[in-house]
Amino acid sequence: MQRKITIRWTLLLLALILLFALNLSLGSVSIPLPEIFKIIFDGKATHSVWTDIVWDFRMTKALTCVLAGAALAAAGLQMQTLFRNALAGPDVLGLSAGASLAVALIFMAPSGSIALFAHPHPLLVSLAASAGCIFVLIIMLWVARKLQDHVSLLIVGLMVGATTASIVSVLQYLSKAEEMRVYILWTFGSLGGLNWNEIRILSIATFIGAGLAFSQIKTLNAWLLGDQYATSLGIKVGKSRVMIILSASILTGAVTAFCGPIAFVGLAVPHLTRLVINTHNHKILIPAVLAGGAALLLFCDIVAQLPGSTYVLPINALTALIGAPVVIWIIVRNKKLRV
Amino acid sequence: MTEKRNVYLTTTNLQIGYVHRKTENRLFEGLNLSLPAGQLICFMGPNGAGKSSLLRTLAGLQAPLSGKIEIFPPAESGGQARQISVVLTDRINTLNLTVEEVVTFGRYPYLGWNIRLTAADKKIVKAAVEQVRLEPLLQKKLYELSDGQLQMVMIARALAQDTPLILLDEPTAHLDLNNRLEIMNLLRNLSRHTEKAILLATHELDLALQTADLIWLTGKNRDILTGFPEDLVLNGSFDEIFAFKGFDLRTGKVRHDAFRGITVQLLGEGAAYLWTKNALERTGFSISAGHQEISVSLVEDRTRLRWIIKKHTRVEEADSIENLLKSL
Repeated sequence: MQRKITIRWTLLLLALILLFALNLSLGSVSIPLPEIFKIIFDGKATHSVWTDIVWDFRMTKALTCVLAGAALAAAGLQMQTLFRNALAGPDVLGLSAGASLAVALIFMAPSGSIALFAHPHPLLVSLAASAGCIFVLIIMLWVARKLQDHVSLLIVGLMVGATTASIVSVLQYLSKAEEMRVYILWTFGSLGGLNWNEIRILSIATFIGAGLAFSQIKTLNAWLLGDQYATSLGIKVGKSRVMIILSASILTGAVTAFCGPIAFVGLAVPHLTRLVINTHNHKILIPAVLAGGAALLLFCDIVAQLPGSTYVLPINALTALIGAPVVIWIIVRNKKLRV
Repeated sequence: MTEKRNVYLTTTNLQIGYVHRKTENRLFEGLNLSLPAGQLICFMGPNGAGKSSLLRTLAGLQAPLSGKIEIFPPAESGGQARQISVVLTDRINTLNLTVEEVVTFGRYPYLGWNIRLTAADKKIVKAAVEQVRLEPLLQKKLYELSDGQLQMVMIARALAQDTPLILLDEPTAHLDLNNRLEIMNLLRNLSRHTEKAILLATHELDLALQTADLIWLTGKNRDILTGFPEDLVLNGSFDEIFAFKGFDLRTGKVRHDAFRGITVQLLGEGAAYLWTKNALERTGFSISAGHQEISVSLVEDRTRLRWIIKKHTRVEEADSIENLLKSL
């Protein structure tokens, strides 16, 4: 039993390292893999341009994949356990919807004859997305304190999402084609646009969020037995719930702010990971899901670059393409569906 | 019974129920109960009387409307989770966890965030598993277990929690007779040997009457009658509360209508006598020990049972109760 888990862990980590290396080696300029290792470990390269490409483009992108994938997956797992719902994901709290609304306001507000910003700076977009997330988070924390039951909270989250989505639709209807295009590009998600400073912020957020998730291992486990048992085991249900929502929000919010709304990773990864590491024990599952999320997003990014070496597909299209069949498969195998 | 027992929990003027949109639904009021050490208490009453609510309130999972619940000795650290463990009716059969993991959950009130077990914790878990004899199932997943096994796992988990008080909500529901007996025996032995106070809500009248040290019976006036099982039977409390239809609790039998109007003299003893009596009453005869026109006497050889039937002057013999009834 213990050995089986160790072997599977090794496989998972090996896959992660392999995908990371593969991700670094792919791009519009072909750089041989040995050169890449030399650049990373020696800092020397045959062409100095290659150093810049590897460090400032490929490394940032691969790290973004790792951080964003891990963050979304950990958020998704926590939401699935909290809501005892196999189809919950980071977006059930309406956070990405909040971010989308804020970003849509920035891009498309000019059409509502409110010329807020002529050319939105990327950092401004990130800030707006964070603000949108935080706004929804405050609503959700307030609701979480008011409502004792998880299903109500889930429904409120979905309603917040629906409301913001409809406001975005109105904005889209009013806006000019060019503005709409910019917004739609943002919704495609992007893993490549981060500089080292932004990666620093994203990694701090991911570490804080993952740290909070680790601090709730006991709670999440006890929660599997339901609220009543959790309480009888000394879990402070209200406080823990706030911590879990906070963790998921920090993780989702940071990723959405820098990479746009990346769908399905948070929903699909916990299920995919459980295929490899077959347990509900969060002490094993949280680290596994972090690794699994990172691996999946690296994989999606590799696939996104494959079709033509100069053309990169939008990441969100691919995560959905991989995520949706997983969701269907989960529903078809419903009798083995366990959260 | 003048010995003063150690009491773990008392309630003072406790009101129980829930509030829904400012209307108060009171299930019990003015409860002054106590849970003494080393006693198995069966909590009985019809469905909907509020047994589960009372258990939840005592366990601190639901706030009382008013009144006081005191636990002795008072909690030092870790709160009530180190004093009361519960086994509820919540379904947990779909979880992808091993039996061992779930029993370990019982140690959570004593563990830090990373749930690292000390040697002492492992020993307690092992002891809990042994008491319930779950060793062969340790590495099984919950979804592979039967209902009875699941119940045993949850009881082991409660034992691992190592609390002086254990509250169980219908632990024997949906189980077959063997499993029910096993669980009741286990709980009785636990209360005797470990000085735990065990309170269980149950509908198993027959089992409860034969195993419980004390009975709590939901009363008519939102109160609870407490007493020895036998006393409550003899003073008619059970009959009053359950309003049995066709069941005579004092004899422990279903009441039969002697619709045939025929009385049979039955001579014999032992289990065979009891079951023959049962068969005759079940099929509408009345039984008497005195002389009647029809008499049945039991003859037990070394090898087999025979029934000798004397009808007026005719004498017949039957080798089974089925044939006995046919010749009558």
